[in-house]
Amino acid sequence: MNIRRFAATLVARNREFLRDRMALSWNILLPVLIVMGFAFAFTSDNQDLFKVGVMGAPGAGGAFLAIQHIKFIPVDDLESAVPKVERHQLDMLLDLKQRRYWINRTSANGYMLERLLTATGNVFSRQTVNGKEIRYVDWLIPGVLGMNVMFSSLFGVGYVIVRYRKNGVLKRLKATPLTPFEFLAAQVISRLWLIIMVTGLVYTGTDIFVGFRMNGSYLTLLLVLALGALSMISLGLIVAARMANEEAANGLLNMLSWPMMLLSGVWFSLEGSPQIVQQLALLLPLTHFTQAAREVMIDGAGLWEIRWHLAVLSAMTGIFMTIGARTFRWE
Amino acid sequence: MQPLLEVHRLVKQYRGVRAVDGISFNIERGTCVGLLGPNGAGKTTTVEILEGIIPATSGEILFKGGPIDDQFRQSAGIMFQNTALQEHITVQETLTLFRSFYRHTRPLNELIASCALGDFLSRDVQKLSGGQRQRLLLAIALLNDPEILFLDEPTTGLDPQARRNFWQLIRDIKAEQKTVALTTHYMDEAYQLCDEIAIMDRGRIIAQGSPQQLLKSHFENSVISLPLDHIPASLKESCSLSLHQRNRHVEIHSNDLNSSIRMLLDQGVSLEQMQIRSPTLEDLFLELTGHELRA
Repeated sequence: MNIRRFAATLVARNREFLRDRMALSWNILLPVLIVMGFAFAFTSDNQDLFKVGVMGAPGAGGAFLAIQHIKFIPVDDLESAVPKVERHQLDMLLDLKQRRYWINRTSANGYMLERLLTATGNVFSRQTVNGKEIRYVDWLIPGVLGMNVMFSSLFGVGYVIVRYRKNGVLKRLKATPLTPFEFLAAQVISRLWLIIMVTGLVYTGTDIFVGFRMNGSYLTLLLVLALGALSMISLGLIVAARMANEEAANGLLNMLSWPMMLLSGVWFSLEGSPQIVQQLALLLPLTHFTQAAREVMIDGAGLWEIRWHLAVLSAMTGIFMTIGARTFRWE
Repeated sequence: MQPLLEVHRLVKQYRGVRAVDGISFNIERGTCVGLLGPNGAGKTTTVEILEGIIPATSGEILFKGGPIDDQFRQSAGIMFQNTALQEHITVQETLTLFRSFYRHTRPLNELIASCALGDFLSRDVQKLSGGQRQRLLLAIALLNDPEILFLDEPTTGLDPQARRNFWQLIRDIKAEQKTVALTTHYMDEAYQLCDEIAIMDRGRIIAQGSPQQLLKSHFENSVISLPLDHIPASLKESCSLSLHQRNRHVEIHSNDLNSSIRMLLDQGVSLEQMQIRSPTLEDLFLELTGHELRA
């Protein structure tokens, strides 16, 4: 690899992105607005589906367990279920045997469920959640950051290279000594650098406006961000390898990004969803990014605790990048 | 002396279409060779195979006696017919970007001056006029001080003044003894710039030589042009002149101007608005192919 050619291509791509004010402001503003919108919306939470973890024989719950629009999820042990209440993955945890329940005091859903529980004539004792309770917005932030990284990675590399191919930029570059590897490496590094910069801005901006929890190491979070972004940029390279039609590329990128966003637990926990959906979600890089980022930010997890996610993201990066680079054509 | 580029029996077959049909020619050092022909004749396909952009179906291309390899990219300057450049980048930045790709480059200031880019160096490449854009693309093609320069339809879409300015730039390049391969469908452009031309039609070379040689070998005459309504219908049968109708004029190819004009006067033809000119490459093309050049 010729460093001079790589660096010049990298600088040119960075300039192109930073001077495209429309794209830049959209990349920064959109996630900030989403987080702010959700932060306000969820102070008066209007979700119509509650999730209640239930431990023990269902017969003991009486009328409460017969209420519609509440999803009752059986749980096996309290130790793993209580933190889910903290993280808004469960709105309430009900221990039918000991006749007690847990709610998160910051959760509007928890409050509503508590009122419903007492209104149905059940006498349960309220338990406090151990440790600091987290708000929905604390849980949401890593997901929104991940979603932004996903869109920026897939469209910022996939769509841009397809556009270059369609309008002849790639053909002109092919006529120079620049190699495909140098070109692709410049695109990947440029996008990675921009994602880290933009995510940093979004992180700071949302922290100023809504304030959220960060219990882990910033370096660990940076590693999660870099690996998550690399895996999704590499996925974008596969889309960009051969296609020369922007509309088709747009369709394919949407087909990848929307199911990924819905299945990766960005907005709502997949707790209680069918097993097959949860298994499928593990095949998506965004799931591992979001889960790892949540563990670092909310639980203060270190590298060892999130090793599984990091390993999967690294493997995905390697596989996607190999396929993308091997199948790449200038035209 | 060995030609700089040798092309032997080059073929490019697309599904159902033979775009290039077994052509051979050489490009000597320091010459300007033109590939001429109408749209779809196979000029761009040929030149893109020579540039290494698309592979040939069969045939052989030798650069300095050897096969085309990676070094060829360092030695060739290329200006495509249609090129987009990265957006939101200035002229100066674009030149710097492309300059970094090559080991040996010309001084940027010299190139900026010779291609007259100085007035718009800090302008976004998207905001250039047609002529400015072509001059920038030419400067990019010259950045590596190439041994051979490929220009594919370089003046298509330019206004007459911009075309003339561009021709002068190419003449300056020729004066530096550079080798130039040019495709064009403008016969006047080929006549003005090329030392040697190959006229292509339907993927084949149908005539080859210097413009002067080609015209001399096919025409020993002048062309008399008269308005169509000056020519009586009976003239074609009653005299031995060779008549060709072109739009609203009739052209008469004449070996003996005096006797042809005398014959026209004898037939009572008015010589008002008569024009006499030498045959052009366009006449030659029509003579060779029998169909309109830009059809």
